[in-house]
Amino acid sequence: MRYEAPESVEGAVALLSAATGEARVLAGGTDLLVQMRADVVDPELIVDIKKIAETRAVREEKGGWRIGAAVTGAELKEHAKLKRAWPGVVEAANLIGSTQVQGRATLGGNLCNGSPAADSVPALIAAGAVATLAGPQGRRDLPVEDVMLGPRKLALKKGEIVVSFLLPPRPPRSSDAYLRFIPRTEMDIAVVGAGVSLTLDGAGTISAARVSLGAVAARVLLVQEAAQAIVGSRLDAPAQRRLEAAARAACRPIDDKRGTVEFRTDVAAVLTRRAALIALDRARTS
Amino acid sequence: MAKHHIEAIVNGDAVEFLCETEETLLDVLRDTLNLTGSKEGCASGDCGACSVTLDERLVCSCLVLGCEVGGRRIETIEGMAKGETLHPLQQRFLEHAALQCGICTPGFLVASKALLERTPEPSEHEIRFWLAGNLCRCTGYDKIVSAVKDAAATMRKG
Repeated sequence: MRYEAPESVEGAVALLSAATGEARVLAGGTDLLVQMRADVVDPELIVDIKKIAETRAVREEKGGWRIGAAVTGAELKEHAKLKRAWPGVVEAANLIGSTQVQGRATLGGNLCNGSPAADSVPALIAAGAVATLAGPQGRRDLPVEDVMLGPRKLALKKGEIVVSFLLPPRPPRSSDAYLRFIPRTEMDIAVVGAGVSLTLDGAGTISAARVSLGAVAARVLLVQEAAQAIVGSRLDAPAQRRLEAAARAACRPIDDKRGTVEFRTDVAAVLTRRAALIALDRARTS
Repeated sequence: MAKHHIEAIVNGDAVEFLCETEETLLDVLRDTLNLTGSKEGCASGDCGACSVTLDERLVCSCLVLGCEVGGRRIETIEGMAKGETLHPLQQRFLEHAALQCGICTPGFLVASKALLERTPEPSEHEIRFWLAGNLCRCTGYDKIVSAVKDAAATMRKG
């Protein structure tokens, strides 16, 4: 097994493009190393992207935030300014695993692991985050909701990597929130996850919203009907009911030991409403 | 393929070693550097028995490749006591009987030290959440939490 740690995006892309056998990108390794250990994957080539400066940086860009694909959850948590602008994204990233896992786990890895239950992905989708990809044909931007196609299936082409994410500029009176349900209090995989981002006008009416649901379908969903259900409202009781109904209607979950279809659908509605109320409260005070 | 030649700083000492790509930092620490204080529990990042710090960041050494640590600073349980003098956390773990079989203890100590370096006066809630990635099947955790609180108080007094 070959290990390479290039210092440029071009170097990483060249290595991955030239690979003849199975090749894997290593960011935090909290999924990859476990899968290698369990013989789920046996790559011939590992390309560690952490020596590429772009993948490790958090910086303001065009009024928004550019977050490198290999920035860890612990680093995001320590970034006070980012946390103020996007509390939901940071809290979602910080729900992934333990303190030890937080020291390594990354947004890029969470997305590219291709799990419908990835905690940071609904928050990124709700935020309107765009992934910047680099590949043999150059760079392209893809909304996060279009990166994952299904379990373990990504829209990335051979040789392509996620370099960073761009979170858009935040208008005044905007905020976001992410909630998930797990059967215990810590360190578990989402049975349902709900991310909501919204903006209020001067009168306190919701002027823009995005809603995303995780673990209730084969991929993380952008639920436009749920956003439409609350735009133009002040999230009063009827708007909350419309939001719940839209969230419920979007669910196409699996039935498994961690949650039945009925349970996941109910919980998705409740979590979406609660996340929206938290985002609303934050937007009022932001 | 040739082994990787890695130079790093472990517990303040410059070390060099050879490793295969597949070898984790935990494998290297235990089998190559003979630092067997870090334990392998689950080998999947769930139990925390292999906790070390990597450039002051708490990680599971079973989830780090040995070939990733070139030029980096690693602290393990072996670096915690200063000669014959136990670290206050080690002392309080003994006094509070915060261990029985002891397999999880190095991980708890390394993780607790990382907590107290950032948060000198943690609440019980903060201690429990910080240590949620360290599993102990003997103590029921209460004694560990008490020991960490007590050690924090000792360390604040200097």
